[in-house]
Amino acid sequence: MTTWRRVAVLLPLALVAGCAGVGGSDGDGGGKGDASGTSASSWSGKPTGSLRTMGFGGEDEVAQARIAAFKESAPDVEVTINKGDFDAQQFLTAVASGNPPDLVYMSRALIGTYAAKGAIQPLDECITGQQIDTAQYRPAALDSVTLSDKVYGIPEFYIVQANLIDATSLGDAGVTPEQIQTKDWEALASTSDKLFQQDGSKIKRIGYDPKLPDSFPQWAMANGAAIVGEDGAPHLDDPKAVEALTFAMDLVERQGGWTKFKAFRDSYDIFGDKNPLTVHSIAAFPMENWYVNVLRDSIPAGLKLQSTPFTDRQGEPMSLLGGSAWAIPKGAKNPTAACAWAKTMTATDTWMKAAKARMDTVTKDKSFFTGLFTANKAADEQIKQTYLKDAPDPGFKAAIDNFYATLDTAKALSPSPAGAEIDAAWKSAVSRALEGQDPAAALAQAQKEAQTAYQKVSTDG
Amino acid sequence: MASRLQRQETRAALWFISPWIIGFMIFTAGPMIASLVLSFTDYSLVGKTSGVGAANYQELLSDPRVRTSLTNTFVYALMYVPLGTAFALGLALLLQRVGRAAGFFRTAFYLPVMTPAVAAGAMFLLLLNGQRGLVNQVLGWVGIEGPNWTTDPNWLKPSLAVVSLWAVGGSVVIFLAALHAVPRQLQEAAMLDGAGVVRRFFSVTVPMISGAIFFSVITHTIAALQMFDQAYTMFYGPQQKSTASDASLVYMVYLFQNAFQFFRMGFASAMAWVLFVIILVITIAQVRIGNRFVYYEGDNR
Repeated sequence: MTTWRRVAVLLPLALVAGCAGVGGSDGDGGGKGDASGTSASSWSGKPTGSLRTMGFGGEDEVAQARIAAFKESAPDVEVTINKGDFDAQQFLTAVASGNPPDLVYMSRALIGTYAAKGAIQPLDECITGQQIDTAQYRPAALDSVTLSDKVYGIPEFYIVQANLIDATSLGDAGVTPEQIQTKDWEALASTSDKLFQQDGSKIKRIGYDPKLPDSFPQWAMANGAAIVGEDGAPHLDDPKAVEALTFAMDLVERQGGWTKFKAFRDSYDIFGDKNPLTVHSIAAFPMENWYVNVLRDSIPAGLKLQSTPFTDRQGEPMSLLGGSAWAIPKGAKNPTAACAWAKTMTATDTWMKAAKARMDTVTKDKSFFTGLFTANKAADEQIKQTYLKDAPDPGFKAAIDNFYATLDTAKALSPSPAGAEIDAAWKSAVSRALEGQDPAAALAQAQKEAQTAYQKVSTDG
Repeated sequence: MASRLQRQETRAALWFISPWIIGFMIFTAGPMIASLVLSFTDYSLVGKTSGVGAANYQELLSDPRVRTSLTNTFVYALMYVPLGTAFALGLALLLQRVGRAAGFFRTAFYLPVMTPAVAAGAMFLLLLNGQRGLVNQVLGWVGIEGPNWTTDPNWLKPSLAVVSLWAVGGSVVIFLAALHAVPRQLQEAAMLDGAGVVRRFFSVTVPMISGAIFFSVITHTIAALQMFDQAYTMFYGPQQKSTASDASLVYMVYLFQNAFQFFRMGFASAMAWVLFVIILVITIAQVRIGNRFVYYEGDNR
């Protein structure tokens, strides 16, 4: 090969190898633009510039009203909303490439992991700089976004569960709504048996769906077990958790077995006219508060809803808590505006504007208000007093009342630096148990995996 | 000794393909080298990165989920490659007999290839539903009780194979072209000697199209070992993630989880390079074996 040819081929190769070497070892290239170092004290003041968000769809009237409120309060800020739900790959590659959004919207369950990895920044400067009153947020919501006494997210929305019931199916089987209760587990199992219908090898109606694997922490909590400790350490093999899993699995076994049960569940049209409660595919299940909004449209189709609270084994209403939070990624270019946005979106008067927009839609559709659960205690109470009237449909009224009744007792899993691994461990354990492995063995294996991950992140720091 | 004209021509050729070379360097070779470097670090996409030597590779060898995912991938490949090749060849043989109407069918068989794998996965998730899916309904018409394709751990890999089989159109087109290239004289000579259809197929047709079969087997194997889209859409998408079974964990999905859910991009890079070596070894083995059986018309054999 001539020298010229050798150079022509090897030069680009060497250049690229050089760049690759630099890019690889300097993993936190975005660190140079890390805002919290230089402009920490200047997160106060009027926001200006451009603001990019990720993970926030913002399509319904509640979101639109709040976005309008922010634009009104900060007219100098140019807002760009990246539509679409939060996607880990999209977010992490944006952060790694040094071009993160200014604000990210994600489930509160993920905040612990992302905070521990340094993908999002602590918000102390934000809270003091923009004077956010954190006492207005419900304590359980604030706990979910606090790691090592630092707040990493501003909570938005409070998702709780209660039992939603198809009264028609219950009537057909001679069961009363009060029998859908989670205090006496044995009685629940036999009630579920009465409601379960099968035709040969095809399931026709599920009785009571324990919503495994997602609701495993809720069942464990109902039995008094906390699968993640306050310090973030996993306790997946707690005997009470094993007992809860065994019971929930047994419910599934009695209703066709996991493979048929899940296949039947997968074929639901959850958001449509043929949703499972309306077409009598399911008699009762614990479901989140936003779902009554979807169900409201099925009343003309003949849906007769009923509801009972989800309780622990002592009969106290309880629920696993869900919701989202606004967080500021590492390397965000405009943290001041991001912080102002988070403050405005979750402020009490903004929520009141959003509730008004919701009421306008409800009046226009000649429908009724199903409640708004904001994670802001003051906002919740004001909205309830101003706008919540008894729903015309008694079943919906019961559901809404049950959701409001659990607001004070709902709890989320404690945030943990190994949150993602613990999550994966127990979800996998529940899957394995449902496929036949002994629940105690499955959870013991999950505990080992989770404990290894937790120790790794605790020592690495 | 290269004459001056030859050197000029070579230089012109290099200039013409330089765009491709640059593209290759920047988008393929560059990232491959970066990935190799990253596999020796604990790069997590965010936070500090430090070299860890061969720790990632050692952990790979001892992680039971790596073994599970690799086994799943091999089982899937063993299911898909022979079935896919045979199915494509069967369709091509049928098309050959159809003659002119083959145009329409060729297009029809090729259309699924152009459907994005994500869309195919989402669609098949509904079609293959064990309780209410169309596939089981049709099977019910002929009296077969279909299994729970998407939830029974024993049927997860076959259902992935079914989804992938839907897109064999590319191979069908290639096989059809190869079949048309089989000289009629050979077929007629065999017929005159009294060979039946089956004998003719194995002794005349297959050797003559063995180049196409060889190509198809190699590319299908590589694609099967790297399969991601269908498995992720069907079993690991946001709605399905929490109920995912270990029986459907293919290697690339586990790699993706490590990279973006567990913040272990360095480990994922090591996984990627191990897969590269495995595929390389398998392909070399296939080429060695293939060279003994493949017959190229231009060769001197």
